Amino acid sequence: MHGRPRKAPTEEEQEASVVKGAKLRSIQAKFFQFHHTNTYTKEALEVNAKLLEMNPEFITGWNYRKLAVQYHLEAAQSDEDSIKSILDEELKVVESALMTNFKSYGAWHHRKWVLNMGHSSTDRELFLLKKFQKLDARNFHAWNYRRFVTALKNIPDEEELQYTTDMIYENFSNYSAWHNRSVLLSRLLKEEVEGYYPKEKVLTEEFEFVRNALFTDPDDQSGWFYHLWLLDQTVKLEHLLVSSWPPNGSNVNVSDYCALSPSLSSISRTLPLILCFSEAVGGINSSTVSVVCESNMDSNLTWTPISVDKSGFARTWLTYLTFSSEPMHPSRNYLVKVSIANSEGIISSAGFCCSNPSHMAFTVCLPSSNTEFDEGPDIERIDWSEENFSSNQLHSENLGLINSFNELTISGGNKKTYETNAKIIADEIAYCRELLSEMDCKIGKLTLARLLLAYDALSSASRGVQDQNMFQYKEILELYHDLMKLDPPHFQYYKDQYSLVFLKQELANEESLLKYCYQYRDSTSLSNNSLCLCLRGLSLSQIGCIEQLLWVQMLDLSNNGIRSIEGLESLQLLCCLNLSNNKICSFSALEPLRLLKSLKVLDISHNEIGAHPIDTRRYLCASPLSHASDWKREEFVVSGPEMTIYWDAFSIFSGLNLRQLSVTGNPIADKKFKLFLCKLLPAMKWLDDEKLR
Amino acid sequence: MGELAVEKHVKFILTIEKEKDSFESVVMEHIRLNGAYWALTTLDILGKLNTVDQDEVVSWMMQCQHESGGFGGNIGHDPHLLYTLSAIQVLALFDKIDALDIDKVSNYIAGLQNNDGSFSGDMWGEIDTRFSCVAILSLALLKRLDKINVEKAVNYIVSCKNLDGGFGCTPGAESHAGQIFCCVAALAVTGSLHHVDKDLLGWWLCERQVKSGGLNGRPEKLPDVCYSWWVLSSLIMIDRVHWIDKEKLIKFILDCQDKENGGISDQPEDAVDVFHTYFGVAGLSLLEYPGLKAIDPAYALPVDVVNRIFFGR
Repeated sequence: MHGRPRKAPTEEEQEASVVKGAKLRSIQAKFFQFHHTNTYTKEALEVNAKLLEMNPEFITGWNYRKLAVQYHLEAAQSDEDSIKSILDEELKVVESALMTNFKSYGAWHHRKWVLNMGHSSTDRELFLLKKFQKLDARNFHAWNYRRFVTALKNIPDEEELQYTTDMIYENFSNYSAWHNRSVLLSRLLKEEVEGYYPKEKVLTEEFEFVRNALFTDPDDQSGWFYHLWLLDQTVKLEHLLVSSWPPNGSNVNVSDYCALSPSLSSISRTLPLILCFSEAVGGINSSTVSVVCESNMDSNLTWTPISVDKSGFARTWLTYLTFSSEPMHPSRNYLVKVSIANSEGIISSAGFCCSNPSHMAFTVCLPSSNTEFDEGPDIERIDWSEENFSSNQLHSENLGLINSFNELTISGGNKKTYETNAKIIADEIAYCRELLSEMDCKIGKLTLARLLLAYDALSSASRGVQDQNMFQYKEILELYHDLMKLDPPHFQYYKDQYSLVFLKQELANEESLLKYCYQYRDSTSLSNNSLCLCLRGLSLSQIGCIEQLLWVQMLDLSNNGIRSIEGLESLQLLCCLNLSNNKICSFSALEPLRLLKSLKVLDISHNEIGAHPIDTRRYLCASPLSHASDWKREEFVVSGPEMTIYWDAFSIFSGLNLRQLSVTGNPIADKKFKLFLCKLLPAMKWLDDEKLR
Repeated sequence: MGELAVEKHVKFILTIEKEKDSFESVVMEHIRLNGAYWALTTLDILGKLNTVDQDEVVSWMMQCQHESGGFGGNIGHDPHLLYTLSAIQVLALFDKIDALDIDKVSNYIAGLQNNDGSFSGDMWGEIDTRFSCVAILSLALLKRLDKINVEKAVNYIVSCKNLDGGFGCTPGAESHAGQIFCCVAALAVTGSLHHVDKDLLGWWLCERQVKSGGLNGRPEKLPDVCYSWWVLSSLIMIDRVHWIDKEKLIKFILDCQDKENGGISDQPEDAVDVFHTYFGVAGLSLLEYPGLKAIDPAYALPVDVVNRIFFGR
């Protein structure tokens, strides 16, 4: 029990408790007699009031009072004085109950119910609230009631904002006041109320305001959470196209990529086109995105959001360009121009419209005749051993395709906003450094790391060039390293952030990226492009920077500490994936793979699938447990009883056309499971390095 | 580290059923149905559900049902969504959901949805996302979610999302771990977790772990074993549980045990009760403490019970 010490009660205490309990029981029994006979006499109401005083949480008691009020109001008809008197009595009872327990839901609701009738004065309410705030400034019932009363009395947001200012000055550690402040300020900013425009001016003032709290007591979390919200407001600018495949300015051989199209028609010359944005967007279609080519190309395109959920919003969008099969001049390259947001319709999931058009272009080289695409009779098993990969002699044409960095085109007005906001962040960085020079503050360090990352994002966007400041990354990585030591319980959080920044650093420019590019020895497999991005053994706990990786067809992530592959669904060209020796705990964690229709080779050996009774991704994937999923119920039931155990494996693999799969080293991968896989994947040629049939 | 005193806790639970006369017990009579759910689920997780008389429990529970279809907290008490869910959960444990007139109960629940998608707890109109959660979980277990407007229900919950990534009881209300659990569970069960900013909320939640290893419910508050459920299950549903130190939390929960008389309290050395005993044991189950049945983080019922309902026989 909250606040009651563990002490065996003495005999006397026990007896007294039983006596008190009997008293309460007897009052309850009397009350129920009145309640079940709909008796609302003065005596009955007094019994009820006594009951609620002893036990303010007795819900049925509050229900009864409402019935009694309705009964008596009907009798009073329109006599305003009687009505007021009846309702005032109710307010007294509530106040008395709240004195016993100011967290009683029933009491607060009853007061609202009474006030909603519109006959009572609201003058006393704010006074009462002040009293309760003094008793406990974090009482959320009181704060909620305050919102109710200010709405009833039409008190303007600016006045309430001042109230939060007063509360904060009284005590910086009032998270409830900071929270309310953020709610009110959001409204004032959104409605562009006089005095709260432009946004940058308000943000600058708020940063100054919160700085007082942070410098006074840096270890109190309340101010820092507010600071994070302000930072988020400063960084959140318009969503942009950040990368694409094919990349801007590249040249693509269409026949190299025919295998990746869904139809696999040998006559068609299809090419996937992938757009990746800074945040999840919706409304990508052939009217908001136009794709034009000199040669004959069907410009009525179907765009698909690449997302594991069905929200219709995604960071990455995919379409297929189909070039006509008329004979072409073999050595000519054809220009493809892509225009995004020429017309309205693209919105972010937060509801902001994209009003900034951007453009990109690339050239395609079409085959001279109708070359048939043939997967080849004897495709070899992919062997991921290190000796099969060499890092020299990367073909020059590969380089253009690796470079998916996009030159962001931002128009003049927006550029100024980016620069202004970058300056605000730069000032905050300076203040944060000042604070940290005086004391070792965990959340201050974390904030500094976030500020540096935000500054990098803003300043590179406004410069329009991916010119990463390598020194900045080094400092951020050091900060996360410090935090892992300073705050051990949250080690894994800092490790995940570290991994993301580390990847950003390593993939920042072409020179660095090439360090991780290897050629796979056998070039008869899949396509001419046997380029592998090798990120094995880097202690990565998380993957990110997917906008930099759209070009990847072969990816080695083995021997890391990866638990989740969120984001991997964007790598639509992926054919071969090695996730062995990681920390994948369930099949549901592999949900993103369902969207990788080109995936042929998968290694998930030596993970932890089957080792955990608790599945942390159960509700993040399509499953019979979630109401809105497209779970293939019929297929599932028909195929047999072992499906109940393997429903998540069924969900992931049934839609894929895998040729090679490794599952050994996972507790789930026994003989029974491997038999199930063979039935599920008839086109599979290798399972755990054994050739099938 | 300590160990979980399973036998003591089982004994504690079976004894409180009998000790009904102390003041502490009488003052909880109005939520006895919730108490039954906490006690029985704990027993099931500990593998000891067979120590209770199933028929006796079910027969008492059915007497708590009101003519409207909803359940009251005890016999004679007014119906409310909170007790209706507990009744359904207890019947699920016993695999006796068919003892209900399913349409009658689901109509009672569905009738409490408002135009804006929110739910009132009962006919008296208190609105709170706790009730959205309870309604959605109840109807999902009864397989009658189609009786409500799920899209509107989800939209109302999303309108209670705060700028720190958390959720409150009504729009604009402060984030609180209990409300966060309610909203995340409701979104999970309706396949709507894409509305949650998992990184932002995950960080807010993992910051609930304080130096002692316990979890609090909001910033700058004291740790409490019950948050081992609400914070932990929320973290699990959004796959961010690796952001806390699980070993430290296990130790905190075990330190809150009364190893002599059984039961778990909110903090070490405080008085024990069935509420915190349940949350402590359920939390340990989520942390994969050995020897415990796995519990589902959204429905707060053992995984085998949930699988039995959704995968059928």
